[in-house]
Amino acid sequence: MKHMETWITSHKLPVGAVMAQLVDFVRKHFMFFFNGVSDVVGSLADGLTDFLLGFPPLLLLVVFTVGSYVARRSGWLTALVGLGLLFIINQGYWQETMGTLSLVLFSTIICLLVGVPLGIAAAHRPWLGRLLHPVLDLMQTLPTFVYLIPTLILFGLGTVPGMISTIVFAIPAPIRMTEMGIASVPRTLLEAGESFGSTPRQLLWKIEIPAALPMIRAGLTQCIMLSLSMVVIAALVGAGGLGVPVVRALNTVQVDTGFESGFAIVLLAIMLDRLCRAKGTS
Amino acid sequence: MTTALAFSHVDILFHRQNSKAAINRALAMLDEGGTREEIARTTQVTVGVADANLAIERGEISILMGLSGSGKSTLLRAANGLNKAVRGEVQIGNGVAYVDLSNCDDDTLREIRKTRIAMVFQNFGLLPWRTVRDNAGLGLELRGITPSMRRKMVDEKLELVGLSRWANSRISELSGGMQQRVGLARAFATDADILLMDEPFSALDPLIRRKLQDELLHIQKQLKKTIIFVSHDIDEALKIGNQITIMREGRIIQTGTPHDILFRPVNDYVGEFVRHMNPLPVLDAASVMRGLDLPGKTDDGFTPIDEAGLYRFDFVADQVRHIGGRVHAIQRHMTVPDTHTCEIGPGLVQCVPTGTSLHAVALLRQRSNMPVLIHREGEVVGLCDHGDIIRGMTQIMGG
Ligand SMILES: Nc1ncnc2c1ncn2[C@@H]1O[C@H](COP(=O)(O)OP(=O)(O)OP(=O)(O)O)[C@@H](O)[C@H]1O
Ligand SMILES: [Mg+2]
Repeated sequence: MKHMETWITSHKLPVGAVMAQLVDFVRKHFMFFFNGVSDVVGSLADGLTDFLLGFPPLLLLVVFTVGSYVARRSGWLTALVGLGLLFIINQGYWQETMGTLSLVLFSTIICLLVGVPLGIAAAHRPWLGRLLHPVLDLMQTLPTFVYLIPTLILFGLGTVPGMISTIVFAIPAPIRMTEMGIASVPRTLLEAGESFGSTPRQLLWKIEIPAALPMIRAGLTQCIMLSLSMVVIAALVGAGGLGVPVVRALNTVQVDTGFESGFAIVLLAIMLDRLCRAKGTS
Repeated sequence: MTTALAFSHVDILFHRQNSKAAINRALAMLDEGGTREEIARTTQVTVGVADANLAIERGEISILMGLSGSGKSTLLRAANGLNKAVRGEVQIGNGVAYVDLSNCDDDTLREIRKTRIAMVFQNFGLLPWRTVRDNAGLGLELRGITPSMRRKMVDEKLELVGLSRWANSRISELSGGMQQRVGLARAFATDADILLMDEPFSALDPLIRRKLQDELLHIQKQLKKTIIFVSHDIDEALKIGNQITIMREGRIIQTGTPHDILFRPVNDYVGEFVRHMNPLPVLDAASVMRGLDLPGKTDDGFTPIDEAGLYRFDFVADQVRHIGGRVHAIQRHMTVPDTHTCEIGPGLVQCVPTGTSLHAVALLRQRSNMPVLIHREGEVVGLCDHGDIIRGMTQIMGG
């Protein structure tokens, strides 16, 4: 028995080693690619942050508040946005909030650009769905810190690795919801489209996507929430934003900073969630 | 070329994996006279429709009837390619030649669906995120018609189905009957000449159903479409159909006029099917009237037109004289009168075309309180009095 155990442990499968070699290989041969991505995405996201910070906070506050009224025509939502942002300014976290906002917006846009088409493709091709599901499960269950290490190696410290981790964690939501939405379009609606002679493309744009839109929207909301839940981890690898004061508070055991920045994150989450929800479901 | 649509030897089979081998095995069994159950048991293939032959003339309303699972929808859906015939041909005339829908290329099929055939669904199949107008315009939109043109064409059809006021409403704001009218408008909007309707009214309550049947008949008078209509309801079939097809277990048992189905059923199955229906709407004046020997029967040259000999028809003056001396002019209805709306002039003898239903004749007899004359293209050929009407009815009740 003992003998067998030593045999098993002494013949350890090189899972970790293989992954390490893989990352090493990628780093050696494709570094130019990762550098390129890092530069482009990083400068775009940081550019957006700088752009937002170029305006006086109070002006942006007014713009956001009026914008939310124009978009949703809801009195209390407008009040929530106005007062929430005012609280953030008051607590002195405006700069961090804008950093987080642009990080979240950027990763959400990328998640949607990749996730929605992928979800549609998976709904149309069962084999792709079967292939994708375990990968998505893996992305959501593999502890974030594990893939943080290779992302750090490949992209260095900064906004980009934070964004990559955020995307890896958040992208399964839009993929899944889109796939589910498209797959559950009622048969008669599809047949109505077909029987009036629609091409596959027309069927997609005029029937499937509009019918699945509530689900896709729910995917978007989820995606934003998941991205927000990654701000602290993003801060650990050097992305700016509201995660930074949280990490700092943790390191220096400062209860006040911790709660202040924590509340700012929660407020931002509530505002974005209410803004993105479909009309009449809040 | 008056046949708009023809099915010839159409077999439609379903197999979950769509395996060619299984379907071919099932076809072989079908040819050897295997039943649906046997085929399903040995090959896992469902026989939707077997050896269907049916021709639908232009401008007719052809009804498919049968119990649940008899293959009505399957056959109907073969007419626009939603189901493909495994064997046989589904031919649709395109004005010049016939196209076989069961194996033409995708573009041809799409073209036919866009311009020739429209469908109305049992559960409406409307897009809930669109307004009534945008729903009705779906077919035109898919065809790439510009929005302004589309609007004009759609509003015309919404007017036809009485929904103009609701053009900008959401579908969810409409009752079931109104929703199905949107479905009708959508089908009419493409100006397709063939309409496929799969139990379009059976999700509606009886009152609305009857109203929509009347409206469909009314609209059909103007538009003269070729309609294939699936129905569960024999009374509905007799009311609106020119041709009725009875199906059973995927096969067509009998095709004929409502009169044929009712009075000349090919077997007990069809007989049983129609036993409990109301035959009145099917009987027309021509089938119960007494012919007139014209001119002159009595010495004075007038023809008695009722049993008691009180009324006589003056062929020359085109009048009816009562034995007591009163003279009645004749009110000729050139088309089949609608008994709900038509005015009956006091003291006028009613004269209706041969195609008028017995039901309407009986009502006119009752209301005018005089025998009813029957004309064919204006020329009086017969009459219906109480006795003729009762004879007509007892004849069918006796079986
Ligand atoms: N897509 C399909 N796949 C497999 N079997 C099918 C399919 N469509 C129809 N069938 C089968 O074909 C047979 C005929 O079905 P169909 O829907 O034509 O009946 P129906 O006469 O329209 O019945 P109902 O009055 O209930 O609508 C049924 O046994 C049904 O199970
Ligand atoms: Mg059916």
